[in-house]
Amino acid sequence: MENLNIFIRSIFVDNMIFAYFLGMCSFLAVSKNVKTALGLGVAVTFMLVITLPINYLLQTYVLSAGALSWLGPEYAEVDLSFLSLIVFIAVIASMTQLVEMAVEKYSPSLYASLGIFLPLIAVNCAILGGSLFMQQRDFGSVWTAVCAGGGWGLGWLLAITAIAAIRERIAQYSNIPGPLRGVGITFIITALMGIAFMSFLGIKI
Amino acid sequence: MFFNPFSKDNPVVVQILGICSVLAVTAKLEPAIVMGLSVIAVLAFSNVIISLLRNTIPTNIRIIVQLVVVAGLVVIVSQLLQAYAYDVSKQLSVFIGLIITNCILMGRLEAFAMGNRPWPSFLDGVGNGIGYTIILVVVGFFRELLGSGTLLGYQVVPQCLYDAGYVNNGLMILPPMALVVVACIIWVQRSANKDLQEK
Repeated sequence: MENLNIFIRSIFVDNMIFAYFLGMCSFLAVSKNVKTALGLGVAVTFMLVITLPINYLLQTYVLSAGALSWLGPEYAEVDLSFLSLIVFIAVIASMTQLVEMAVEKYSPSLYASLGIFLPLIAVNCAILGGSLFMQQRDFGSVWTAVCAGGGWGLGWLLAITAIAAIRERIAQYSNIPGPLRGVGITFIITALMGIAFMSFLGIKI
Repeated sequence: MFFNPFSKDNPVVVQILGICSVLAVTAKLEPAIVMGLSVIAVLAFSNVIISLLRNTIPTNIRIIVQLVVVAGLVVIVSQLLQAYAYDVSKQLSVFIGLIITNCILMGRLEAFAMGNRPWPSFLDGVGNGIGYTIILVVVGFFRELLGSGTLLGYQVVPQCLYDAGYVNNGLMILPPMALVVVACIIWVQRSANKDLQEK
């Protein structure tokens, strides 16, 4: 129940785009049509679900203060938390590389549609942000980390698909002042959607 | 080359890089300035390091090498901030760590440092960092002034205005309004530079 609650919260209340503005670069760059937006959203969700539990385990059993005590009492004092940034980004970058190679080998058609986005994901702030929030919030178990990762991923997917759909229509039907065309109006729409998403604040199951 | 990123080739409003942190840390002016300085430092030094290493990095693992260099510098900055400016580093929370995935860094490393000598790369890094900081400061200025009536924590809106019925605009503190402020900067900037407008 607790995990379900975190999952729902991560999609709506703690939405990566509308509440924290993480992953904005690819959100703005790749949201010109729905199909590619959907592809990138799926890839981001996938990476979050994989990297968050791995980083959670590393955080709990290797990096945080006293985490190494399972090696023996003489390690109980060790605090490696200053290394967490480097370890997290290394995990994310290498997982991206691994997933890219696996997808290329086993599903060439998926690779053809996702291919160009996979390397981009290593530098998507939403993924590193997920791991850093995980570190701040002391999740209870690895399942919580999986649920939060899935929720944040789906929330990101939801946001980028919605904005892509709106941008497709806007490009066709509306007459926007020249200087605001393209990026400017996308910023304003995102702000309005963010305000709308604030109505989810305080949701609890 | 040094001055271009200030306005005409600004990393935030023209190249649209590094938006996440612009939106998240600008509710107050002080964290915005600290964040800008951190990004200038990391950007300048990572540009120099990558530029020195550019002929020895194998192309297919260059992203990982770049990330490790940047992550190392960010760890140094984050430890320094925790030591000397603990309150601000608490306010910035995860966003110092997120400098690693700030697209400005990867963008400049890929587009400039990989193909240029160390000194021009250093200038490019400082220039782009300053361009980023300018936007941060402008957004932070308006959000803090309109949202809480203060600047750097000092009260600027005089008490007599409040007595006359002026109220702080609480909406400006909320993160979505940062997007609107950036959109206004884009509007002003693209009205001045017609060639930047999208058709």
